[in-house]
Amino acid sequence: MSFLRAIAVTVMLAAAPVLLAGEIPPGERRSGYSFMGPDTRAMQDDDTSNPGMLFVLDGETLWTAKGGSAGKACADCHGDARETMKGVAARYPAFDKTLGRPVTLDQRINLCRANHQQATPLPYESRDLLALSAFVAHQSRGAAITAADDPQLKPFVEQGRALFMLRQGQLNLACANCHDDNYDKHLAGASVTQGQPTGYPLYRLEWQTLGSLERRLRSCMSGVRAQAYDYGAPELVALELYLMARARGMPMESPAVRP
Amino acid sequence: MASALINVPARAKRGDVVEIRTLTSHIMETGFRRTAAGDLVPRDIITSFTCRYNGTEIFRADLFPAIAANPYLSFFTVARESGKFEFEWIGDNGFVSTASASITVE
Amino acid sequence: MPSTRRQFLGFTVTAGTIPIVTIHPLEATPAMLSTAIRNVVGEAQLRSGKVRLDIPPLVENGNTVPMTVSVASPMTATDYVKSIHVFNEKNPQPNIGNFHLGPWAGRAQVATRIRLADSQKVVAIARLSDDSFWQVAADVVVTLAACTEEVN
Repeated sequence: MSFLRAIAVTVMLAAAPVLLAGEIPPGERRSGYSFMGPDTRAMQDDDTSNPGMLFVLDGETLWTAKGGSAGKACADCHGDARETMKGVAARYPAFDKTLGRPVTLDQRINLCRANHQQATPLPYESRDLLALSAFVAHQSRGAAITAADDPQLKPFVEQGRALFMLRQGQLNLACANCHDDNYDKHLAGASVTQGQPTGYPLYRLEWQTLGSLERRLRSCMSGVRAQAYDYGAPELVALELYLMARARGMPMESPAVRP
Repeated sequence: MASALINVPARAKRGDVVEIRTLTSHIMETGFRRTAAGDLVPRDIITSFTCRYNGTEIFRADLFPAIAANPYLSFFTVARESGKFEFEWIGDNGFVSTASASITVE
Repeated sequence: MPSTRRQFLGFTVTAGTIPIVTIHPLEATPAMLSTAIRNVVGEAQLRSGKVRLDIPPLVENGNTVPMTVSVASPMTATDYVKSIHVFNEKNPQPNIGNFHLGPWAGRAQVATRIRLADSQKVVAIARLSDDSFWQVAADVVVTLAACTEEVN
């Protein structure tokens, strides 16, 4: 009997990632939405008042626009995004077999452009790239995050976790110091959230535009007076992957609104 | 690419007061910001918004740099008759954007 | 929340007579704000009342602040709101927006999102069909986001 119980415990441990001390238990995870005031929530809740939807609308147009020397549109291969892109953003960053490493949704869009459209890559944070990623991510709204399911991603998740725990910058702070250990407290007028990446790309009132998770990570890094990694750097991708793995099972909100 | 989100009820009863909501893409650059080099970023805003209901102006707004990027406007009108709402945004540097929405009044 | 607002409007309209209180024209506000208001109001008396300004007293980010102005008016052919004007005290420019409406609106209410450079007073003024002017003011505390990106 006790032997069986021991097996059961072992199996459970193997299925769920072991939490390190200080990490947030699954039941206590909260979207940034729950830290916002009623006005900002209302802005996100209504699609006709959510400015992120302007980008989704643009992305829908781009989806069917033929581009590159191949003269192909996203829709020519992927068809109706409402069907084919459902749940896709929820599993990014995903492992790319050719590159042997995880790629973000933005990078996947640009790989598609290079390989299938013979088009030039869209610059990070450009309106078109944000519009396309917002349109694709919008198809996953409400879907549970499934990122990091692929066992090949394990070392990259671990790299991201290590970076999340690493003290950096002149303030010598790790992501975890705020977002695992001190969420629900305040830093100046702002709530410290858990840093759950459920709504990207999202419309930040501070930015007055849509932005990627990488932009958010980079501004956190300048916040702790650290040298921010470049857009697309393997470290940023690993961090993004770890954050998505950490938020596994939480529903996607893209495009979210945040202060 | 200028896009707009328009929210007008598709149907209404004659005499109903209906809400019209519009959201349009625009940077609304104030003209008061400076670049890292110290140069003033020139103003680029929407200065005027007009809504016409079957050709008659029912709402007009003069906008200033204090209106947030991607301007959002909500206002009301009495549903008199079936027809079309036409929206027009006019701004700096020759910016013009239009949109329309239909309503069926019973 | 919307039902509360409707109840408020309904109540004030049926109450009919609202005490007319003349207040000092926006005391302790910068000259630019006074001038901007005078450009709209002229020499007319500016009375307080009838106008309601819904704006969060404490905002998470001054770059995008939701704001709703509503005026207690029956919005009939003979008694309606002609225009609504919104001003601020401490932005580089005192004007926020002018909104022109008429009896066909059915409800004298406009909403938009504004920028507030600092904690300050926001003033909403309504011009009625009899060319009377009514105002309300609200104080807004603007907090700064932590880890704000450097302006580039």
